[in-house]
Amino acid sequence: MQEILKKYKTTKPEDVQVWFKAAHTSSFPKDGGACVKYKDLQIAVFNFDRLQKWYACQNLSPEKQEMVLSRGMIGDHNGIPKVACPLHKKTFSLENGENLNGDLEPIATYPVKIEDDFVYIGFSE
Amino acid sequence: MNSTTKLRVYFDKNTYKIRNSTYFCIVITKTVRMKTVIVVGNGMVGYKFCEKFVAKEGSKNFKLIVFGEEPRPAYDRVHLSEFFENQDAKALEMAPAEWYAENNIELIIDERVSDIHRSSKKITTAKNREFSYDYLVLATGSSAFVPPIKGVEKKGVFVYRTIEDLEGMLDYAAKLKEKNPGARAAVLGGGLLGLEAGKAVMDMGLEPHIVEFAPKLMPRQLDSRSSQVLQLKLESIGLNIHLSKATNQILGEDAITGMEFGEDDILDVEMLVVSAGIRPRDELGKTCDLEMGVRGGIVVNNQMQTSDESIYAIGEVALYNQMIYGLVAPGYDMAEVAASQILGDTNSLMASTIDMSTKLKLIGVDVASFGEPFMPASKGHSVIFENKTQHLYKRINVSLDGKKLLGGILVGDASDYSMLHQMFLNEMAIPEDPAQLILPAGDGGASFGDVMDLPDEAQVCSCESVTKGQICGAIESGEATDLAGVVSCTKAGTGCGGCKPMVKDLTEATLKSLGIEVKEGVCEHFDLSRQDLYQIIQVKEYTSFNEVLDNHGNGGHGCELCKPLVASLMATIHADTANKEYAIQDSNDRYLANIQRNGTYSVVPRIPGGEITPDKLIALGEIAKKYDLYTKVTGGVRIDLFGATLNQLPLIWKELISHGFESGHAYGKSLRTVKTCVGSTWCRYGMDESISFGIELENRYRGIRAPHKIKGGVSGCIRECAEARGKDFGLIAVEGGWNLYLGGNGGATPRHAELFAEQIDNETVIKYLDRYLMFYMRTAKPLQRTAAWQERLEGGLDYLKEVIIDDKLGIVADLEQEMETLVNRFECEWTQAVNDPEKMKRFNHFVNSEEEDDNLVFVPMRDQKMPEPWN
Ligand code: SRM
Ligand SMILES: Cc1cc2nc3c(=O)[nH]c(=O)nc-3n(C[C@H](O)[C@H](O)[C@H](O)COP(=O)(O)OP(=O)(O)OC[C@H]3O[C@@H](n4cnc5c(N)ncnc54)[C@H](O)[C@@H]3O)c2cc1C
Ligand code: SF4
Ligand code: FES
Repeated sequence: MQEILKKYKTTKPEDVQVWFKAAHTSSFPKDGGACVKYKDLQIAVFNFDRLQKWYACQNLSPEKQEMVLSRGMIGDHNGIPKVACPLHKKTFSLENGENLNGDLEPIATYPVKIEDDFVYIGFSE
Repeated sequence: MNSTTKLRVYFDKNTYKIRNSTYFCIVITKTVRMKTVIVVGNGMVGYKFCEKFVAKEGSKNFKLIVFGEEPRPAYDRVHLSEFFENQDAKALEMAPAEWYAENNIELIIDERVSDIHRSSKKITTAKNREFSYDYLVLATGSSAFVPPIKGVEKKGVFVYRTIEDLEGMLDYAAKLKEKNPGARAAVLGGGLLGLEAGKAVMDMGLEPHIVEFAPKLMPRQLDSRSSQVLQLKLESIGLNIHLSKATNQILGEDAITGMEFGEDDILDVEMLVVSAGIRPRDELGKTCDLEMGVRGGIVVNNQMQTSDESIYAIGEVALYNQMIYGLVAPGYDMAEVAASQILGDTNSLMASTIDMSTKLKLIGVDVASFGEPFMPASKGHSVIFENKTQHLYKRINVSLDGKKLLGGILVGDASDYSMLHQMFLNEMAIPEDPAQLILPAGDGGASFGDVMDLPDEAQVCSCESVTKGQICGAIESGEATDLAGVVSCTKAGTGCGGCKPMVKDLTEATLKSLGIEVKEGVCEHFDLSRQDLYQIIQVKEYTSFNEVLDNHGNGGHGCELCKPLVASLMATIHADTANKEYAIQDSNDRYLANIQRNGTYSVVPRIPGGEITPDKLIALGEIAKKYDLYTKVTGGVRIDLFGATLNQLPLIWKELISHGFESGHAYGKSLRTVKTCVGSTWCRYGMDESISFGIELENRYRGIRAPHKIKGGVSGCIRECAEARGKDFGLIAVEGGWNLYLGGNGGATPRHAELFAEQIDNETVIKYLDRYLMFYMRTAKPLQRTAAWQERLEGGLDYLKEVIIDDKLGIVADLEQEMETLVNRFECEWTQAVNDPEKMKRFNHFVNSEEEDDNLVFVPMRDQKMPEPWN
């Protein structure tokens, strides 16, 4: 596996050590995403307005290792919220990172919380 | 190493039959050695054996070890030629290495099995390791047969069997072309595989030559007449064919420079692919004294057992009924039989007759033969249809009583292959006048044979042995609800893919018979077609995606299929630009630029008609230099600047706009370019001002969003330098006006535009085009170019003329008015974006930092730069 993929590890809510204050909620389009920088990580954050939920995952598409997922389109497949990579439309569950239309490695997902209209992303380190 | 010491109870595989009833012998033992099956050869059939074995009950009691000599796990050899397109070996894999581990199969690749010791039931490998077996399965396949021609060992002579062979060829061809762009390559052998190899060397950019010993191509499958038709067709696409040629020697010092047939009969070639047949890789069988065929191959019985009952042979190494079967489908059947037999199912036997029907999968040339392609007159009658001008030949052989199909040959159009093949296999009744089966529809040919008439046991997918009954059953039982579901639960269509059209027909017919409407829906979120949605949005005046989804969707949240579609409809209906609701726009529209493979973008300003002032050219050059962009003239005669980061896009566009440029919509499903030739402005043959008219048309239709992109062309005379007939709309100046052509396409399925109207003036051209484009935008399917739409339009070109010229539907006034609105409301979306700070926000790579993507790596290339290659 590429070194760069190893930097991204799914973080469970119970493992969060740091809540990183990323940006104001208005920086993210409704039902769309944008990218947040945390240390040397790139995190895609999605404002899933139709579900009234927020999601975060690695910005790196595991297929070709390009930093593009935040620019992908979101939606759902059989009720599972997902993002489609803008390069080849590989889709990933925003709930658990699973590749829904292929057998790529799952992407790392991170907890998100909103406080006072600010978006916070949870990291374990 | 393969033993367990648990106390266990198991059913012995030997069952005892006493007076018609079966008793299992229950054996209780303290230490049971797990039995070991060793598979030698990890090719297509060896893999299929593993897949079938582990899926069967009882396989848990066996340890499976597989040896493969090649450096990678089994791949799809049938589709080997696809490797030329993308050099993606992974895409060909039958299953990834992890699959074997997950299924408790020990996969040992890159290691050849070198000996079998039958008395001790052991094998040794080339790395001198030893393994014990209880059952041994030989699936060593075959190798390409290389005739002993003098000089055949020279450099530049290849066979066509493995990925490594192809890599070698690609390398060699690239070097040849560097030295000599017109280099020639020959293929020795004009059979099924040879022709495929011929197409491959042609795609590599070499001048292709096919050399065949027999006086005809595909001697084993075709009769002389069909062979001639095929030859004409292949020559018309650029293959050179040499028949009745016996090669005496390969010329050249160290590397091949030519082939010598007779004293003065020489063909200069710098590369040769030998495709002269296959030889079973039966060396292991020979050295351990298994019974062998006279001309090679390991003899097996109908249980796939060799002369040693614990050794099985399957695939291309097995000699069954005194034949080697060089096709994958019989190999898969053998794998099924061997797996069942080893697991104790003694009823699973190989059929006594094996279907050798084949369909050539050369892109662009249809060839198929089934059953008895050649038939002596004593056995039946032949019905032959031949049309050499269209490279068409069809022959069917009918039984003497006229009731059954015995076989046939199709060249030039094999679209009826699946149905004819099924009629043959299932001995179905045929029409009283069998000619109907092959005559073109309209000439007395009937659209025959409903797929649902096939018997349930008809084998539709021969690679995976899936019957019609299983396909329909999957739907009837509710296991599958659509084509994708049928494919995933039956595996039909996952082999060579030849049966896919029939699987689709069966799926749809079964759904219909159950009263389930076959959805034309755009995706899982809408049951409606694009045309339905068009009307709904227009009538209800919806302006946002959520309104449409909430009122007419299936209750989900949309996806990458329906969102861009609704965005495009909003644009067509309300003249919206892609700046509105940018989160539902497709990848490229969302950022008003084409995303490149490293996540950077390209910038393509509009250069209407290809006309550009020196000042504007200089401005483009300076901007490209300032932002260090890779620069190229596109196939659409304008200039593309590549490698802009997201953050740079608005900065670049601000500068371009200040020099008078506007968006070229290279990213949109919208008008791209109207290509022009210089026409009467400069050209000594020009009949009219093609540049001026091209510019006028490009400016008229710029920015409108359509089901797919639209391209135009305007040529000043019939020499057609603007390639107008390859475009969605094309104009050619003639005496007395313009000839208007519609529905052309380059790209994946090229098609010449059809002549729609002759000698019309500029206003009439615009009137017809307005109507045509609007009619297309209203009624086409998502991502359907005008060519595909027009081709499927019921009533064809005549109908189109009735609608557009004669106003048969009474809609032309609406069409014209809708187009006029779009034309008048045009706004450059890049100008919109850079003038609005809100709209500019989306062009930052990070929301919380001004930095750019730190993952980008460029490498230098010919004085410019490019993204680092993907690994
Ligand atoms: C840049 C260019 C190649 C070049 O370096 O010359 C190009 C590049 C792309 N083409 Fe093209 N096509 C380019 C001329 C053509 C032409 C030639 C022409 O226009 O005369 C054709 C064949 C003519 C035709 O369309 O009928 C062509 C047929 C395609 C197709 C196949 C369409 C089809 O109907 O089969 C696709 C795929 C698609 O659109 O689905 C495609 C798609 C693409 C995309 C957009 C693929 C993508 O989504 O990334 C490429 C990215 C463009 C970019 O700027 O990043 N491109 N493409 C040409 C841009 C022309 C321009 O100025 O806008
Ligand atoms: C270009 C091409 C196109 C084709 N197109 C079609 C088609 O359209 N339709 C069709 O039905 N068939 C087609 N075929 C034929 C089809 O690929 C074969 O029938 C099929 O691959 C046979 O499978 P197999 O497992 O018997 O042999 P193989 O796929 O050759 O596998 C045998 C494997 O065993 C390995 N091996 C051999 N000896 C040893 C040893 N001692 N120890 C360890 N490993 C060993 C070999 O390296 C090889 O990997 C095509 C073949 C080619 C080359
Ligand atoms: S530019 Fe067109 S032809 Fe070339 S690789 Fe991209 S899509 Fe294919
Ligand atoms: S790079 Fe993301 S799907 Fe191909």
